[in-house]
Amino acid sequence: MRNFSTAPAPHILGADPVSRVMRDVLLGLVPVVIVYVIFFGVGVIVNILIAAIVCVGCEAAIMKMRNRDVQLYVGDLSALVCASLLALALPPVTPWYVTVTGSLFAIVVAKHLYGGLGFNTFNPAMVGYVVLLIAFPVPMADLWLSPVGDGPGIGATLAAIFTGSPPVAGWDAVTMATPLDRVQGDLARGMMMTEVMADPVMDSAVVSAWTWINIAALAGGIYLMFRGVVRWHIPVSVLLGLAVMATLFNISNPDQYPSAWFHLTNGSAVLGAFFIATDPVSAATSRRGRLIYGAGIGVLIYVIRTWGAYPDGVAFAVLLLNMAVPAIDYFTIPRAYGEQRERK
Amino acid sequence: MVENQFDDELTPTRKPSGFYGGLRLPTDKHDLADQPVLEAPLAEEYLLPLVQHRGLKARPVVAVGDKVLRNQLVAQPDGLISAAIHAPTSGVVSSIERRPVSHISGLPGECIILRSDGEDQAVEPQPIEGDYHLIDPVRVRGRVREAGIVGLGGAVFPTSTKLTARADTFLHTLILNGAECDPEIACDEVLMRIAPDAIIEGARVVMHVLQVNRCVIGIEEDKPQCEQALREAVERADDDRFEVVRVPAIYPEGSENQLIQALSGDEVPIGGLPLDIGYVCLNVATAASINNAVHEGLPLTERLVTVTGTGLQGQANVRTRIGTPVSVLTELVGGYTDDAERLVIGGAMMGFAAQTDAIPVTKATNSILVMAPEQARGAEFVRPCIRCGECARVCPSKLLPQQLYWHTVGGNEAQLERHNLMACIECGCCDYVCPSHIRLAEHFRYAKATVAQRRIEREQARMAKVRFDRRNARLEQQQRERVERIAEKKKTTARARAGDEKRQVIADVMRRVEEKESGGDESA
Repeated sequence: MRNFSTAPAPHILGADPVSRVMRDVLLGLVPVVIVYVIFFGVGVIVNILIAAIVCVGCEAAIMKMRNRDVQLYVGDLSALVCASLLALALPPVTPWYVTVTGSLFAIVVAKHLYGGLGFNTFNPAMVGYVVLLIAFPVPMADLWLSPVGDGPGIGATLAAIFTGSPPVAGWDAVTMATPLDRVQGDLARGMMMTEVMADPVMDSAVVSAWTWINIAALAGGIYLMFRGVVRWHIPVSVLLGLAVMATLFNISNPDQYPSAWFHLTNGSAVLGAFFIATDPVSAATSRRGRLIYGAGIGVLIYVIRTWGAYPDGVAFAVLLLNMAVPAIDYFTIPRAYGEQRERK
Repeated sequence: MVENQFDDELTPTRKPSGFYGGLRLPTDKHDLADQPVLEAPLAEEYLLPLVQHRGLKARPVVAVGDKVLRNQLVAQPDGLISAAIHAPTSGVVSSIERRPVSHISGLPGECIILRSDGEDQAVEPQPIEGDYHLIDPVRVRGRVREAGIVGLGGAVFPTSTKLTARADTFLHTLILNGAECDPEIACDEVLMRIAPDAIIEGARVVMHVLQVNRCVIGIEEDKPQCEQALREAVERADDDRFEVVRVPAIYPEGSENQLIQALSGDEVPIGGLPLDIGYVCLNVATAASINNAVHEGLPLTERLVTVTGTGLQGQANVRTRIGTPVSVLTELVGGYTDDAERLVIGGAMMGFAAQTDAIPVTKATNSILVMAPEQARGAEFVRPCIRCGECARVCPSKLLPQQLYWHTVGGNEAQLERHNLMACIECGCCDYVCPSHIRLAEHFRYAKATVAQRRIEREQARMAKVRFDRRNARLEQQQRERVERIAEKKKTTARARAGDEKRQVIADVMRRVEEKESGGDESA
């Protein structure tokens, strides 16, 4: 006779751990980071490092305070994902204290005060970003570098981030509003699209830089779908929601409303669709729910970009739909196998 | 992959469409099915648990010290949902006592212990003579009951109960379940290859008993040899009521509900039975044992068991007597490896881990799986649910396990019911794919038990309230009647009194008249 240890069924396991999921998300971000560095210099990498140190440090500290196994929890890499997404949303020469503030808010308030991984109602990176948008409106809007011409070197970038000292030639020589910002502002001043397009910001080199960033995000997103980390429902519905809105208004009045292509290739539409809106913790659960959730985000991105006070709307759109998730989930429970009654 | 050949008027209108979710699990069991079947040696001692089936415990009809022959009845069914048990060999009943049995609770169960005399003498089999088609279906069903046949796919529901046609349902199709979807179990696969005729014949008996005119045999696409064997057997039987259909090899295809959906597109209502929508579903091994009972006169005393796993030196499909200790079978394939860690009775997805190999093979035991640590899932660190939704993708019941988990932990029973917890078939697919390694199936087993218990309590409370209300109504009624009675009585007495007063008045008047008359006389 021999005795054995027992355990509940199933006795086999086929899943890769959460850390693999998070690692894939980080890998998926690599193309975007590379394109950022090409157009905006190494600032983004410095930002990612600052955010990563703060996020991981805070997560470790909080896990220690909560008497959890620090290594196991930090090892899931979710803090790194949060840090990277936040840093990618920031201008390339954001002062260090801005990045630190955003990271602190993201991890401490948005994530751990809500209960940590799996319990946060709101997307932590976007909460951090929105806090910065409201608390530091000037650097958040004005420190976008021009993607064309010689940007500041590594030394100048580091100096700008850590000491706030402007590059040799002064800020005006290297910074430039993003096309989204300029279009929103100019249209609000009553200009026509044709006039807006004559602005140097709308130079084809600038526009193509942003297009490349979105293409890189798409490449990363396709990698995530290929790896099964992200399913198609949310990204497709976000992009469709945005594109359909843009197309409708563009057709109705091309002078006042830029095309769907402009919206999809500018700002962080694609990055948001694949990497931010898809954060499963704060997204809807059922397939139908995810389609509604994604479409809502897409429509809101358009609404905020077109009539809102901020040039890009991804963060606010995601947070607003995060709020709607419990309601969406409540009304989109799929009909189960053998369920008889029709749900209202 | 699913062929739709359903075209008669009995067929539901929806097209078969496979089933939701599920997993394609890696397997090498087909190689095992190619190997010859081993015969288990005669054991010294057989343990016959009185509960090997769903329902009430069987009642022993032998006493300690009795000598019994093979196939002799040792315990008879107690009630409608129960099953008979027969001696697997000849010998002496050495005791009737509690022994470790294959039950998920790990608690010992009452067993008849049979000490083999090594002679293996059997009672004379008494098959049904002549054409069973001419015999009353009820008698044929009685034979199935006497033979102690239960569902051999794992559910071990007494088959004779299943074969009891109900007046309120219309049965149109018998489904033979040849979709053995667990990644290690190959005993049905072997049976379909070596005894296809017995399976077909058993199904014909069932069709006679239930008066059903159609039989669909569902076989997974990864078992072409079985499909071939059964097609040939159908041809030999020359019976055009049969139809062999290939279904996708996706776990849990072998689950009754999923097989029905894959074959017909129909869904069994939550909490209902296939019977409710006109199907009777039998495992192929059950059909073969029905054939044995009717045509050979043999009760269910043996079955095929797959003995496999990384914790064993060898592996094989074994024909074994029911009651054989598991250790005899693991010995037969070469014994354990040094690091054998877990003994699973049933498949790796739904089987349960036994504490000891002293437990016997029962009617339900389709597989003995011994796992080495590298194969067995260990105590992985459980992380919080990140709601990735992979579980919902694979759930064959189309549930949202991530939401069910949330509400299970929160104990929110109203939401659990809203999310159709009771439709969970505990297949473990969600568990298998969970990147946080959450024991979802275990949570749901617990939650289902809790909800079921609460339903019982609610029903009891409802009954108690009904009784209480009725009692109150009764007391009120009595009270009202008493009040009425008293009022009635008062009225009668009052009337009587009123009558007295009238008489008094009359008497007074009469007296006065009399007085007047006499007084008049006096005055005159």
